[in-house]
Amino acid sequence: MKVLATYNIKGGVGKTATAVNLAYLAAADGYRVLLWDLDPQAAASFLFRIRPRVKGGGKALIAGKRPVDDAIKATDFDNLDLLPADFTYRNLDLHLDSERKSASRLRNLLSPLQHEFDLVVLDCPPGISLLSENVLRAADLLLIPLIPTTLSVRTLDQLTDFVADMDRRRPGILAFFSMVDRRKRLHREITEGLPGQRDDVATTAIPALSAVERMSIQRAPVTAAAPRSQAARYYRELWHETRARLGLSQSPPGS
Amino acid sequence: MLNAVREVAEFVLPRPADARAQSDGVPQISGSRYRIASAGQSRTVRRIWLDTFDWRLFRAGLSLEYTAARGNRELVLTARDGELVAEQSMSAGRPRWPAKIEQLPVGPLREHLSGVIGVRALLPVVRATSVQTNRRAFDAENKTIAIVTTEQTTLTEPAKATTPSRVAVAPLRGYQAQAGKLAGALARVPGVQRADQTAFEAALRAAGRRPGDYTSKIDVRLSGDMPAALAICTVLIRLFGTAEANVPGTIRDIDTEFLHDLRIAVRRTRSVLKLTGSALPAGLADRYRPEFKWLGDLTTPTRDLDVYLIGYPSMAGQLIAATEPELRPFHDYLATQRATAQRRLARGLRSARFAGLAREWQRDLKQIAEGPRRRPPAGKFAAERIRRAHTRVLRSGGAIDASSPPQALHDLRKTCKELRYLLEVFASLHDPGEQWRAVNELKALQDCLGEFQDTEVQQTELRAFARKMVAEDRAPAETLLAMGEIAAGLAVRQRAARSEFAGLFATFASARGRARIDSLTGAAS
Repeated sequence: MKVLATYNIKGGVGKTATAVNLAYLAAADGYRVLLWDLDPQAAASFLFRIRPRVKGGGKALIAGKRPVDDAIKATDFDNLDLLPADFTYRNLDLHLDSERKSASRLRNLLSPLQHEFDLVVLDCPPGISLLSENVLRAADLLLIPLIPTTLSVRTLDQLTDFVADMDRRRPGILAFFSMVDRRKRLHREITEGLPGQRDDVATTAIPALSAVERMSIQRAPVTAAAPRSQAARYYRELWHETRARLGLSQSPPGS
Repeated sequence: MLNAVREVAEFVLPRPADARAQSDGVPQISGSRYRIASAGQSRTVRRIWLDTFDWRLFRAGLSLEYTAARGNRELVLTARDGELVAEQSMSAGRPRWPAKIEQLPVGPLREHLSGVIGVRALLPVVRATSVQTNRRAFDAENKTIAIVTTEQTTLTEPAKATTPSRVAVAPLRGYQAQAGKLAGALARVPGVQRADQTAFEAALRAAGRRPGDYTSKIDVRLSGDMPAALAICTVLIRLFGTAEANVPGTIRDIDTEFLHDLRIAVRRTRSVLKLTGSALPAGLADRYRPEFKWLGDLTTPTRDLDVYLIGYPSMAGQLIAATEPELRPFHDYLATQRATAQRRLARGLRSARFAGLAREWQRDLKQIAEGPRRRPPAGKFAAERIRRAHTRVLRSGGAIDASSPPQALHDLRKTCKELRYLLEVFASLHDPGEQWRAVNELKALQDCLGEFQDTEVQQTELRAFARKMVAEDRAPAETLLAMGEIAAGLAVRQRAARSEFAGLFATFASARGRARIDSLTGAAS
């Protein structure tokens, strides 16, 4: 089982859109996928029409009083399940803090699922916190959406340094440009230059497209609702890069 | 379609004639927060439910279904409550039924079945075609919460028939409670009923078959005050029914148990005629005993060779100096001999002689059953015969000591068999607990005597086989040496059985053992 986390300190950069679409594409490829909506804003849960509620809230999940398995809901798509958000996730840091080995609690919670899923996608809330540290320890790969600005690139450097300083297990990093507006010169310069200079930046860049924004009206991944759209094509390319970086084969196990 | 949880609520729909509440086979629910999609995906599934001739799977609470749809073929083993036990893709090759265990692909399903069906073949019990339509059921947010499957099934074998349409609600993961409410709404639709039978049971009912309708046991109900002739006749009718039921399977050589059950029914018939024939109209037993001896003798060569072939793996496993490949020519020789014996047996069972025996025997039994009622009553008659057979066992067993010749043990085995048959034939006259204990004690003694005689017979036969194989130039020296090892093993087993005999007989002949038979016969008479 591989763990992929869409993560950024900043909000509104396309984490959820990426998590939802890549989870869907992986499932469509035949991988058994679990998407965990860790963001109390519950956008991923909303997109899959799943009520953002977990019995006992985040506290029960983190404390292990309610098995993760019990909270999982099937989405309307084959091979894709979702662990919904809950408004109490806003206090996840507190709950994590009260656990022993608090920084690796998330990883421990996922371990019973390793025979059930091939891929877990963590849709993380913005910020840097104990939850973020848990995500870094649980993930095999951090997928980092960046808006092509100088400051975003600086943030990526800070995160890369932080990960490099981690002791023991370190996740891989794959950043990609998101919400790219090719009419802006700075966007063009950064997206055309950086991927060639750094191997932790994906060659695929996701443009700012209205089809992605419409997902919240259609309440489905754009890759499912409009698979031939430009947006879907970009996400597919990003998925192929991500899949290779995760070391997943093109055909899932058992296919 | 989505993967639904296997926790399913099933319903049976009213027949189309009174299906006011249906649209395209789906009951119309009202007043519910859930709705079922009007369109869905349909597929045609060819289905075969399988079991052994003696319903071993059904008796073990299991159901085995083979399905083929859109090139996907699979075998699914479920418990009676619908819980999946094991499944196996059969896409690698189209299976041919009947099939024995070794013809199924290696895997958990085969492993599970093996312990239940043993040497018996899997036979198609019902063949049917189902049209299944899967529709999604949604909540108020248009989120799928369950898959609703409607199913129309048409039987093609053993009879053309249709079963009432079924609807199944399978929740999506995490939506069990919502699907439960949807199932509740379906249950409230007039005419819709919760399914109280599995699809297999419903198919069996539509085909006019009753699960478990075959058993080799003498399952007749006798009463102590019915005339003995009528009781015996009832048993004989039942025994011939069992024999006849096994004839087609024996001729087709589906599995070895058909012949085994046929032989037991014939042997029991012969014993009943010998031991209780005096209660039947004069001349009947004398007339039919040679005919049933002919039938019994007809079945002997094939069965003897079956016993060898079934026991071959264990025989080969006991080799110490020799190896299985060295013994293999013996196996091949047995297989050739068996093929010849089987052809002769099939010819005999298709012969005019067998057809005549069947016709006349059933006609005569029917006449007795419908004829005048004569004394003695069955209870008294049975008690007297059982007591007499028991006394014979005690007398001949008591006379055996360490110096007795093997023949004395062979004779005792026959006497024990006669007592056993009498106990089984008149079982329904006895208290089941007492009967079970009496038969069990006798069985232990019989097993020992059986081991003693079988190992002796097998040693003699093994020598005969060896001579024939040498005469036919089919026995390499290594094979003969391996057969010698087998013979030595048989001799060891025979000696062990001989030394166990005294203790087992002492238990059987003990005061408690005698009291058991006394209470059995006292209660019956």
